[in-house]
Amino acid sequence: MAEMGDVEALLRSALVPVEPSEALSDRLQRGLSEITDLAVEELADWEISTMRDPRNWGPTVAAVVAGGVAAGGLVVLSARQRRRNRGSGPLRSLEHGMKEVSSDLRGRMRR
Amino acid sequence: MIESADKRRLDGEFTELYRAHLRDVYSYSYYRVGNHHDAEDLTEQTFLQAYRHFERAQRESDGRPLRPWLIRIAHNLAANYYRDRSRKPQTQLEDAAVVSAPHDTETLVAGRQELKDVLVGVSNLPDDRREALIMRFALGMDNREIARALDRSEGATKVLIHRAIKQLEQELEGTGNG
Repeated sequence: MAEMGDVEALLRSALVPVEPSEALSDRLQRGLSEITDLAVEELADWEISTMRDPRNWGPTVAAVVAGGVAAGGLVVLSARQRRRNRGSGPLRSLEHGMKEVSSDLRGRMRR
Repeated sequence: MIESADKRRLDGEFTELYRAHLRDVYSYSYYRVGNHHDAEDLTEQTFLQAYRHFERAQRESDGRPLRPWLIRIAHNLAANYYRDRSRKPQTQLEDAAVVSAPHDTETLVAGRQELKDVLVGVSNLPDDRREALIMRFALGMDNREIARALDRSEGATKVLIHRAIKQLEQELEGTGNG
């Protein structure tokens, strides 16, 4: 008859941690960077617009341009995610996606 | 309103959380869904959800580790995954453990079968018992962390794990590995 200790040893050998692929790590890291960059740029944009100082119009334009670039990346990422979800479908109903995260952040920034 | 400096600090802390626990979330997801493709999706969705609620989670954690919170997100997403797809976990988990350690040929063959039986046994356990074992052995979580992830008391978690191991033990006896 097996002892609890034996089974625990077997479990320790069987349930080893699984390393994610580098591709997943890279993709997640990139996705998170895109979200945070976008949010920071939008926040900068919002802060500058509240100052209403013509001397800051230059940075405002720069922020909008940078935000546009980040948003472009976001759209690509969302499209990729939608594509994958269409293909595999397992998490479609759970898809909140990058766009929703970014609109969430926008709402919080404006509160 | 979130100030810019706060936002940057939060983002930095979220990145640390992500780096510290990517493997945990992925391991949990993998053992829940049984294949790398869906485990990647689940991991991705878990971190997106976590990012959305990170500020509040941090505020409400009172300095406690956030790993149980992350795993709880993955746990809920995995539950929805099964509900939506009306399917059970796959048992093609042998590549996780058996390939990881070097063995001589004889022990490899015997060990492979033994570990496969363990994994099949785990996958046949009731959901809560299976999840508790994954958290304990694949992620190395203690009773307190598992209790938080499963929203149970520590006492109930201890009993849950004990019963899970006992049940597995009995199943393994049936397969000749006990």
